[in-house]
Amino acid sequence: MSNQPILEIKNLHAGVENKQILKGFSLTIYPGEVHALMGLNGSGKSTLAAILAGREGYDVTEGIVKYLGKDLLELDPEERAREGVFLAFQYPVEIPGVNSTYFLKAALNEVRKHKGQPELDAIEFLALVKEKVKLLDLNDDLLKRSVNEGFSGGEKKRAEIFQMAVLEPKLAILDETDSGLDIDALKVVSSGVNKLKRADSAQLVITHYQRLLNYIIPDHVHVMADGRIIKSGGKDLALELEAHGYDRIVKAAAVTA
Amino acid sequence: MSTATDTIEDLVKTEYKYGFVTDVETESAPPGLSEDTIRMISRKKNEPEWLLDWRLKSYRHWLTMTEPTWQKAHHEKIDYQAIVYFSQPKPRKDAPKSLDEVDPKLLETYEKLGIPLRERGRLAGVAVDAIFDSVSVGTTFKKQLGEKGVIFCSFTEAVHEHPELVKKYLGSVVPYTDNFYAALNSAVFTDGSFCYIPKGVRCPMELSTYFRINAANTGQFERTLIIADDGAHVSYLEGCTAPMRDENQLHAAVVELVALDDGEIKYSTVQNWYPGDENGKGGIYNFVTKRGLCKGRNSKITWTQVETGSAITWKYPSCILLGDNSKGEFYSVAVTNNYQQADTGTKMVHIGKNTSSTIISKGISAGHGQNSYRGLVKIAKSATNARNFSQCDSMLIGSKCGAHTFPYIEVKNTTASVEHEASTSKIGEDQIFYCNQRGIETQDAVNMIVNGFCKEVFKELPMEFAVEAQKLLGVSLEGSVG
Ligand SMILES: Nc1ncnc2c1ncn2[C@@H]1O[C@H](COP(=O)(O)OP(=O)(O)OP(=O)(O)O)[C@@H](O)[C@H]1O
Ligand SMILES: [Mg+2]
Repeated sequence: MSNQPILEIKNLHAGVENKQILKGFSLTIYPGEVHALMGLNGSGKSTLAAILAGREGYDVTEGIVKYLGKDLLELDPEERAREGVFLAFQYPVEIPGVNSTYFLKAALNEVRKHKGQPELDAIEFLALVKEKVKLLDLNDDLLKRSVNEGFSGGEKKRAEIFQMAVLEPKLAILDETDSGLDIDALKVVSSGVNKLKRADSAQLVITHYQRLLNYIIPDHVHVMADGRIIKSGGKDLALELEAHGYDRIVKAAAVTA
Repeated sequence: MSTATDTIEDLVKTEYKYGFVTDVETESAPPGLSEDTIRMISRKKNEPEWLLDWRLKSYRHWLTMTEPTWQKAHHEKIDYQAIVYFSQPKPRKDAPKSLDEVDPKLLETYEKLGIPLRERGRLAGVAVDAIFDSVSVGTTFKKQLGEKGVIFCSFTEAVHEHPELVKKYLGSVVPYTDNFYAALNSAVFTDGSFCYIPKGVRCPMELSTYFRINAANTGQFERTLIIADDGAHVSYLEGCTAPMRDENQLHAAVVELVALDDGEIKYSTVQNWYPGDENGKGGIYNFVTKRGLCKGRNSKITWTQVETGSAITWKYPSCILLGDNSKGEFYSVAVTNNYQQADTGTKMVHIGKNTSSTIISKGISAGHGQNSYRGLVKIAKSATNARNFSQCDSMLIGSKCGAHTFPYIEVKNTTASVEHEASTSKIGEDQIFYCNQRGIETQDAVNMIVNGFCKEVFKELPMEFAVEAQKLLGVSLEGSVG
């Protein structure tokens, strides 16, 4: 049972109208693993995240995506979320007038309903929030405000991780959660992410920077260029990237291809 | 934090649930309008001569007027001779003396609507006057209110019991000459609520009127008059529903508010008349004149409205700020879905010194709905240091609906400060996707985003009604996306 991958992507080709973005992307993630996905701007990382989360507007032309053995692409985005797919957005949107705590309670209760668990009432939910706030060292004033409204870049990222902590997903995709964070925030966020690591869940961490991987230690590092993974390795691959840049890897991959 | 999604969720899936018809024996006049109709109404109500005279004057004036056409709402010509102007549940004896004498079917109707007239249940802290078609069927909590000297009764009763007050204030804020529908209402109004809060009294509970149109082909013309004497405070709520019928029905009410020195009136409406079906068939024409007069110094009138129903809504709850330092406020949420049309807004007329007004309007259009904000801010020469702040936000859901803003500003005093802000936004796909990604389905996401958009208005509503209003939004936006 533990051998079943959480996520299995095979030869995924996808894009927006007239533009192919993913060109044969493959990746398998097992429970308990942390994968780092690195790559040049525009190589298709956020597109991958969006397709996994179910955003409209992308055409999948080839390949399969299995989540816990099921065809992920068949599910509506809210069903994916309820099944445990979580995307920490690169650019979280603001929802004016919608209280953050209220929003998150609604989200959690959707997940719970889906699992056949009783919904939490306001008091139970606040107790849970308190516990998670401590875990992540979050400024809980943010929770009294509207969803992401007027949050600083760093606050938005922290709030995403906080939501993740409350929702306890099986597969968390963090899209450049580190960018825009100062070093202290980076430490807080990554230690939060580490604390949320569980044997039965997995994380796909999208980043440009090795520095994040000093705090979130990946089991696997993948380098992406032009819509697919061109090299995979252990955490040392990130160091190699940092030292030599993408160029060498991209060229080497071109030679072997 | 509120509990909205749970409730919205259930309600999103329901259709207009107030669309049932109550099977009670009614006594109705034949359709048609003439001086005889008016005399008949007046006779039925046993009215004093002065009131009949006033009605007839109104009627004669109405005959000289033509229907307004300037509003941005289109409808077939109304045949005023096809409307029934008087319909009442057949009285069991005379008029019911107490709720025990009210037809149990009527009580049941209100129970179904969630408005228990027996003095218990969900609205236990709220005194209710229920208007069924043209007449008041019962007012609750009379005794408790009476102890404080608060008069809260049907208009008909007020005419008999407190003629001096009615005579003094009827038509003092909205004269019968005011506009076409106000003149019509003045001629044929059948009942409504009357409320007087004596000097220095804070009304101990929320007062509420619940309007229900039941009979077919009937117009509802009610008249509400609320007076807050010196230093008096009152919060008043109005709710309305009607059965689903294929024909359009006319509702042309007049509401007059008067606040004397230091008096405060907060008037909240949750309007949920039948809006017609998804093809635009049927529904209520809601052509209402609502106006408040801040007559005394430091007086204050607040209009809060949540307009989700009606095929066409045409109303501009207004404030005349006559007393120095008086304040007028208007908070509005208007939703149009399917083929609904709303042309609504306010007028703030500053006459006294240091008067101030606030306008917050949120228009939401979905389907083929058309939503117009029309507002006038008028600062008279005498209104030194008058201040106004207006904010009109529109939200569009889908691409076939429309939002329009018509702000008119007239300033005759240079010390005035008038600020106007406006915005139009489309409900963002990014926002919806964000909610989806957290497990919230699209319709719930829309409700949530829209409720967030309306928050500044909802917070002005009494708690219970805020929840009600959120539910209503959910219902009226049902099917607006996806
Ligand atoms: N909706 C779209 N329409 C047109 N082009 C798009 C769309 N979405 C993505 N692209 C293009 O696809 C490519 C991949 O974009 P994507 O955002 O996935 O890159 P990324 O790897 O996340 O980059 P970054 O590191 O800058 O975040 C880019 O060239 C982008 O412009
Ligand atoms: Mg990206």
